[in-house]
Amino acid sequence: MATITPDKTLDTSGLNCPLPVLKTKKALEELQPGQILEVISTDPGSKADIPAFCQRTGHELLATEERDGKYVYYIKKKG
Amino acid sequence: MPTERLAIIATKGTLDMAYPPLILASVAASLGVETAIFFTFYGLNIIHREKMKHLKIAPIGNPAMPMVFPQSVKNTPVIGQIAGIMESVLPGPPQIMGIIPGMTDLMTSMMKKMMKEKGVASVEELLELCKEAGVKLIPCQMTMDLFGYKYEDLIDGLEHPAGATEFFNYVLAADKPMIIFV
Repeated sequence: MATITPDKTLDTSGLNCPLPVLKTKKALEELQPGQILEVISTDPGSKADIPAFCQRTGHELLATEERDGKYVYYIKKKG
Repeated sequence: MPTERLAIIATKGTLDMAYPPLILASVAASLGVETAIFFTFYGLNIIHREKMKHLKIAPIGNPAMPMVFPQSVKNTPVIGQIAGIMESVLPGPPQIMGIIPGMTDLMTSMMKKMMKEKGVASVEELLELCKEAGVKLIPCQMTMDLFGYKYEDLIDGLEHPAGATEFFNYVLAADKPMIIFV
């Protein structure tokens, strides 16, 4: 898999539902369409919630990975 | 696009029952759903300037309350071991303990501590997030009169007080209305 270079990183480590989703939404608002946001979370609920958020809002979830026990998401802001 | 409106009716004024309406509303709004919370009866305390700071969770009459101590307590020598034994023996604080003065405050501070350690937002934070996400916070006029709460007693950023009719009108004006009662 080609490495994704994010335009911005949001670290929500330690935060629990619903904060990762709410902060993701806020961070995406500050980006330009097409830019990529990297979201780091320790909340296991984010595994279902972040994809659901993307599906609903139309932002593209490019990739999901687990790194050092954390969940990492790459989201491309919808154009 | 069809309009979607979610209205949550918050009727409870305990710490635990303040969470579901605020979490659901903030998330729904961030998903693009027009969202409102109608605060009625004890739910008004969630948006009361003073009372919101003292929302409590009571062990009495709450058999589902687990005997859980915050991780920081469990890590304390001796006290942590006692806490561990209590948790393994008892499913929850015995109901009779609820009548001991100070028990409700103790359980409340334990719950708040646990929430902080687990990264759960505070009620104040969630209210701010709701406002930022554009959630309409509507106090119930009748209950305000009943309890003697003035509009100035409530937090900033609220809609004007409304009644049941206006509330239903608002919700049902959408193509896809949804109501949740908490």
